[in-house]
Amino acid sequence: MRHAYLASGLMVLLSLLPLATRAYEVEQDVTFEGGGATLLSIISTTDTDVFAPIVRAFQALNPGMDVRYVTAATTQVHKAIEAGAPFDLAISSAMDLQMKLANDGLALSAPGTPGWPALARWRDEVWGFAQEPVVTGIAPGAFAGQPPRTRSDLIAALRDAPDRFRGRVGTYDPGRSGAGYLFATQDARQSETSWRLAEVMGGLHPRLYASTGAMLADLASGDLLLAYNILGSYAAAEGTQVLEMLDYTHILLRTALVPRSSSNPDLGRAFLTFLLSPAGQTAVAEAGLPPIDETALARAPHLRPIRLDTGLLVHVDPLVRGRFLREWTNAVRQP
Amino acid sequence: MPDRDRTAPAVHGDWHPGLSIRRRLTLLLLAGAAALSIILWLLVRDVANEAAQDTQDGILGAATRAVADEMRGGTDGVEVDIPFMAFSILGAVGEERVFYRIDVSGETVTGYGDLPLPPAPATLGPRFLSATYRGEPVRVAVIDRTLLADGRSVDVRVALAQGSRSRDALAGGLSNRAGAVGIGFFLLAAAMAVLTARSVTRPVRNLARAVARRGPGDLRPVDRPVPSELVPLVDALNGFIARLESSANRTETFIAEAAHHIRTPLSALRGRAEIALRGATPETRDHLRAILRLTDATARTAGQLLDHAAVVYRSDQAGQAPVDLARLAEEVVRTARPLAELRDIQVTLHHEGWDRAIVRGDRVPLEAALRNLIDNAVKYSPEESEVVIDLTGTQPVVLAVCDRGRGLSAPAADLMPRFARGDNVTDVIGSGLGLSIVEAAATAMGGRLTLMQRPEGGTCATLTLPAA
Repeated sequence: MRHAYLASGLMVLLSLLPLATRAYEVEQDVTFEGGGATLLSIISTTDTDVFAPIVRAFQALNPGMDVRYVTAATTQVHKAIEAGAPFDLAISSAMDLQMKLANDGLALSAPGTPGWPALARWRDEVWGFAQEPVVTGIAPGAFAGQPPRTRSDLIAALRDAPDRFRGRVGTYDPGRSGAGYLFATQDARQSETSWRLAEVMGGLHPRLYASTGAMLADLASGDLLLAYNILGSYAAAEGTQVLEMLDYTHILLRTALVPRSSSNPDLGRAFLTFLLSPAGQTAVAEAGLPPIDETALARAPHLRPIRLDTGLLVHVDPLVRGRFLREWTNAVRQP
Repeated sequence: MPDRDRTAPAVHGDWHPGLSIRRRLTLLLLAGAAALSIILWLLVRDVANEAAQDTQDGILGAATRAVADEMRGGTDGVEVDIPFMAFSILGAVGEERVFYRIDVSGETVTGYGDLPLPPAPATLGPRFLSATYRGEPVRVAVIDRTLLADGRSVDVRVALAQGSRSRDALAGGLSNRAGAVGIGFFLLAAAMAVLTARSVTRPVRNLARAVARRGPGDLRPVDRPVPSELVPLVDALNGFIARLESSANRTETFIAEAAHHIRTPLSALRGRAEIALRGATPETRDHLRAILRLTDATARTAGQLLDHAAVVYRSDQAGQAPVDLARLAEEVVRTARPLAELRDIQVTLHHEGWDRAIVRGDRVPLEAALRNLIDNAVKYSPEESEVVIDLTGTQPVVLAVCDRGRGLSAPAADLMPRFARGDNVTDVIGSGLGLSIVEAAATAMGGRLTLMQRPEGGTCATLTLPAA
């Protein structure tokens, strides 16, 4: 299943392309052939094997369309669109960077779907198509008794057994990962407890990662006992045990926008409309990404969707970002 | 004395002297309503714009102040931290783009360096500017501060801009609603204007209609109730009617007296002529006979003038009593028979089944009318013919006098006026007053006279009178 797209798709590795002309770095560049009449280019932060079934479902409804799917880190997706790369759709889990693109007028309006939940859209430019809880992954038997359900409990548990957790706690490095930076800034905004947690983790010589996948791998291998702030859907796909903190659990939105630099914006809009349609949402769910579900959020009071609005722009500011990273590093990197 | 009345009437700043009062009133009211509607719309639009702008400025100013308050001077320069809430509050108001710019000592340290700033000098409170940035209308708020950094005073400028799309939408929505209210108000006022104009001019129309409905001889004063504005008009009209009536009365009286004064000497002249006839020579006899004939004709004309004056004068008086037309016709026929029999003309009256035909009116003019009708019929009938008077119907009463005479030479309407005579009767002496007397009497009683040529020769004069 994981590499099924190879049968019908064509995979071109980045290493074969000239790098010097690019202002951004990509990880994978794959073209799903569908008849070759038109070409839709997507740049995305979501792994190709996760997204492939969604592209195929779209191609089944729109025959005769090739889809080029390029994956890159969140900051690189942002850079690509800022530099005017001719992608027809930009998909990213870094909501703040997507907001920045739209706010600066680099996104085109797209019809989307009428009645789409307000929390999952900004104007008709940024559309959230999947919601993702930001969870804590734990290795089996990481905690002696009941696993902690709040950050305060977690702080207490870490303090109670520092030797057990030393060097075996992992989290995102906000300096390297856009999603990690978003999670850290949202944590800081949400409560002071997160700073205390950062300091406690800092005392345990934490390992810092650039992706959820790497943390999951280390959890599986037993190198990590605890991975704080990882994407719930990836963890669920790996069968990792996760904790949704009851004091608050942020909900990240995977968002898509049609860049102003698109060479074929109507194709981008068509794909976006498909993503938000019932068929598209079903495909999103089947790909392992939780579709937008407002009622599920309303039922669970600890779930806090990260607000998709201009408030996110604060943390994109380079001065604010530098200051935050400095403070965060001071808290986590203890001598 | 200069003839002032005949100078052209002055137009006192009115549009058209001939434009109807109703139209003028409607137009004035409509113009007023339109002006009020437009003023209402403009006012509400201005207020809505101002209110929307004030609301936006209040929030934007507070957010700018929050950013400015977070800036601190320190030993190693100016510390910049943008509070999350500042942008979050702006994000909560519509889905507006947000731009910002922080300048320290005139250098942009972060944000959008090309964001336009108001030209005005620094103040402590926020200053505002409406501008277009990146293709979108924005409102910019700017606060200038001076901070102490490393012992030196440093000028700091914080500018925050927010898209004006939702403000414009709000103001536009309010303005549209005001426009709709204005149009509704105007339509209502227009309907009211039409109704008002109609209601105001109704008494004038009613008065005009009432005066127009009057018969030609009706010279009674207008006594219908009118609004006070029309009282002078009605008074003037009544004064005019009174002058007209007295003038008509004087004329009729004069004619009656003149006729009377002529008849008396005519009787004497006739007597003298008859006496002279007895002893006249054959040569002068023909002349005397002609004098006698002319005297009779003149006496008859004088009598008819009297009749006419009586009919016209009396029709103005309200002498109304029931009169039996059948009996009256019998009497008139009886007096007409001797003269008719001289020429072997048989006068018959048929009123079988209509023994009593009661009409309401004045007996004297009615009798004069019947007499003139029957005299006319006899006068224009050939010898040895028949004049038939038929009384048929009582609702209305119809009396027809038919002869075998020479018929009509002109349409009946041309024969009715005073002194009008047909071209075919120049050989018969007559005054031309007969039919006008009959018509005046018929009209006075609310009836009418019709003349009809009979297909077999002769004329039928039909008098139609409403029953009592």
